[in-house]
Amino acid sequence: MGETFGNYSVIGKTIPRVDARAKVTGEAKYAADIELPDMLWGQIKRSPYPHARILNIDTSKAEKLPGVKAVTTGKDFGGFKWGWSRETRDEEPFAVGKVRYLYEGVAAVAAVDEDTAEEACDLIEVEYEPLPGVFDPFEAMKEGAPLVHEDRPGNICVEYHWNFGDVEKAFAESYLVREDTFQTPRMAKGYLEPPAVVAHWPDPNHVVFQGAKGSPYFPYRILARLFNLPLSNVRIIQPFIGSDFGGTKNDMVHCDYAAVMLAKKTGRPVKLQYTEFDELTTCLRRHPMWITIKTGVTKDGMLKATYVKAIADGGAYTRMSPLTMFLTGTCMTLPYKLPNFKYDGMNYFTNNPSSAAMRGHGLYHSRFAADVQLDMMAEELGIDPVEMRLKNAIENPEPGKVYETVNGVHVASCGIKECIEKVAGAVNWKGVKEAKRVEGDKAYAVGIAAATYNSGTKLSAHNACAAIVRICEDGSVNYLTGASDVGQGSDTVTCAIAAEVLGIGLEDIDLKRVDSAFTPVDPGSYGSRVTVLAGQAAINAATDAKRQLLEVAAKQFGVKPEEVEIKNKQVFVKSNPEKNMSWERLVRTACYETPGKVIIGRGYSTQGISLLGLADFSRGFGDIGTNYSFTAQAVGVEVDTETGLVKCTDESVIAHDCGFPLNPPAVETQCQGGSYHQGIAAALYEEFKMDKGLTLNANLADYKRPRAYEAPMTRVEHVITNDPYGPFGAKEASEGSCCSAPPALVSAIYNATGVWIKDLPTQPEKVFRALKAKKEGKKSL
Amino acid sequence: MKGEMMELKLTVNGKPYELMVKPKTLLVDVLRNELKLTGTKTGCRTSSCGACTVNIDGRAVRSCSVLALQANGHDVVSIEGVASGGKLHPIQQAMVDHGAIECGFCTPGMVMSARALLNENPKPTREEVREAIQGNLCADEGYVKYIEAIEIAAEEMRGGK
Repeated sequence: MGETFGNYSVIGKTIPRVDARAKVTGEAKYAADIELPDMLWGQIKRSPYPHARILNIDTSKAEKLPGVKAVTTGKDFGGFKWGWSRETRDEEPFAVGKVRYLYEGVAAVAAVDEDTAEEACDLIEVEYEPLPGVFDPFEAMKEGAPLVHEDRPGNICVEYHWNFGDVEKAFAESYLVREDTFQTPRMAKGYLEPPAVVAHWPDPNHVVFQGAKGSPYFPYRILARLFNLPLSNVRIIQPFIGSDFGGTKNDMVHCDYAAVMLAKKTGRPVKLQYTEFDELTTCLRRHPMWITIKTGVTKDGMLKATYVKAIADGGAYTRMSPLTMFLTGTCMTLPYKLPNFKYDGMNYFTNNPSSAAMRGHGLYHSRFAADVQLDMMAEELGIDPVEMRLKNAIENPEPGKVYETVNGVHVASCGIKECIEKVAGAVNWKGVKEAKRVEGDKAYAVGIAAATYNSGTKLSAHNACAAIVRICEDGSVNYLTGASDVGQGSDTVTCAIAAEVLGIGLEDIDLKRVDSAFTPVDPGSYGSRVTVLAGQAAINAATDAKRQLLEVAAKQFGVKPEEVEIKNKQVFVKSNPEKNMSWERLVRTACYETPGKVIIGRGYSTQGISLLGLADFSRGFGDIGTNYSFTAQAVGVEVDTETGLVKCTDESVIAHDCGFPLNPPAVETQCQGGSYHQGIAAALYEEFKMDKGLTLNANLADYKRPRAYEAPMTRVEHVITNDPYGPFGAKEASEGSCCSAPPALVSAIYNATGVWIKDLPTQPEKVFRALKAKKEGKKSL
Repeated sequence: MKGEMMELKLTVNGKPYELMVKPKTLLVDVLRNELKLTGTKTGCRTSSCGACTVNIDGRAVRSCSVLALQANGHDVVSIEGVASGGKLHPIQQAMVDHGAIECGFCTPGMVMSARALLNENPKPTREEVREAIQGNLCADEGYVKYIEAIEIAAEEMRGGK
């Protein structure tokens, strides 16, 4: 058993995950594991051009192939458009007028088996008029560049221009001003489970959809609007989800639309599953970004002002880019005090697959640039980078007080100083020079960085998580949640919270995953929102059920309800514990005493919105988070100075302030995974290589992902700040370390070799060339 | 497509099977589609991710990298055959207890690679553990707790505790 935090019965200690047994035995069913009687197989017909007008689609030959049961094209969807928000609906289920990226779907087939469906796709004849395309934001912004969307001049997808304080004046007053441009790579989300779905229509007015969706109420709303069905008739049943990390499993992909439309046409269940190639060539990616950052500091290293210009490749459709660009800007004022801040965020349409949210969404780009630049300035000033961070770090506000940034972000708990001190202590940090060690061709060093992430993300419109706690008459409990556990462990912590509140054991609770016919509506799994907001829903629903039971107990004991407590399945009068009964007895009494009660607790979260309102995206002002996590990280590297190959060492520590660790081992895996799979991966390994819209390395052999043989054995230290707005003090875990890993790694490479790598990933060739240039006396990048 | 069907005889999880398959059919598809053993996952079908790892005659093999007919006459164990009578295998138990599992999609393959390792080498070094699961991609948990869980299981299986 690991560390224990707080004085609780269930939470704050090692809680075995509620779904671990099903997963470790192979019993857990994911979307691709679902098979229904009489099921057909679907396949997508895709465009061979990244940008082309569709002149004609002839499906007649495909329809005549024996075994083919239905064919659908974009026209069947009646001009339906969809997108991330009402204002950004710029995408059709299948391309109709023109295709905007390579392999965009134009039609789909349902047939008796996969081979027949594939053969039928080959028989669909599509006439195209190829168009010139734009393949990076710099081409896209050029005067007279081909337009991805005719109604979007300049190919501008999103732009924000924010200004807080007086940046120019602050630069003029600064002792040192530095400007650098950093680059982040085009990346795959990294989940292993490719999109898959089975859909069927039990009758012409009801659709059932079982897909790999981490935010199942996106398709719930989208399908109702598409088919003009009441929401009551749209049933989304959620299988287990093989990770998400934002985007593709939030909303819809071609196979989702194909399955529902082909199932409607044939009256039979239709299944589609993507291949690795489909996934890596057409699904959503992390934005590649070019971040130019100018920062001014005083002689003693205090930050005066920062100006960030971020240019992003949004790809073919808007998707979540408005949120990406907001997040990239907003948290520049955390985790360090920054009095003046200016931001120009520009996102351009291109003929590449669409970009979208990914673990560390937005902040990972700009926090990487800012934290590396901070190290560069520390060196110029002759200040130790750890000391410079501590100087500028936001203090933990006194209880009841809130720290407000220049752009209206509110922080009620901040453990960043403790995080930095903990990692520095853990790696025995004495300074940059002392961090370095050379053995033959190998140079070793450690780098330290700090980051933040918003949790309980709140957006406009529906934001609440909800839960239903159904007390069965034998004392067992069903926990019905609208929230989705895509691997982060929220099912376990929300059940644990319900058990804690009710005074029973985790084993007494049986979780019901999302089935929109029964579970309450929920926004979805994104923006590190689930534990914070679904956690509050769990508290509220369990409290509601408990209130009803306490009324019954009070009557039995002849006292007031507030005088009764339940702990470890014992119900007792607080002032006289001799007066008690078992949990089972109480429940039985409540349910059986004529006329018999039915105990159902309901609750939903309010915290996200009631707190301080919503952020204004156009002004860049206000809170996107309910609260904010803080992370510091030390990454050790071994650099082969002959070949440029960089490896992580086990000198690897994360200190994370998640407020309060509800399930400590889950916080640890979240931090280790967020750091390695999507943080170190971006910094060291992963990048899609593109050629005019074509993804050249669309397989997991050529596209390098982080593997076990080179995984650092990262240790995680918990920093407790008990945030007043989180359930039992909790904040997010994992997206923070996703943002601290890249700057820590780049800093470590510098500390080992004296070269700064500013465009990620730091693949061997890049490091080799930088080392060679340094050797030849050329200035480092 | 129209290829003739061929006879396949193999043992899966201790049970003998005789079935007719197309020559092009992969072992993973026989397990998942014919025998309905969907605990074996399909991630990439290019032998890159390891989610489909099974044991053939005790060795870890990616079931998307072999034709079903190549398993003819062999002894296949999939994730469904690892626990015995409701009791988890020590590797499974350690992964559950140690909190190694997140989304679970790589877990069956991870268990099968670890099982093959510990069958062959009851006392692996950390480097040997890392090597044994290097073909198993995980996407979310960082490998640390998987590596530690396999070490805990190895000790447990040696009767160390």
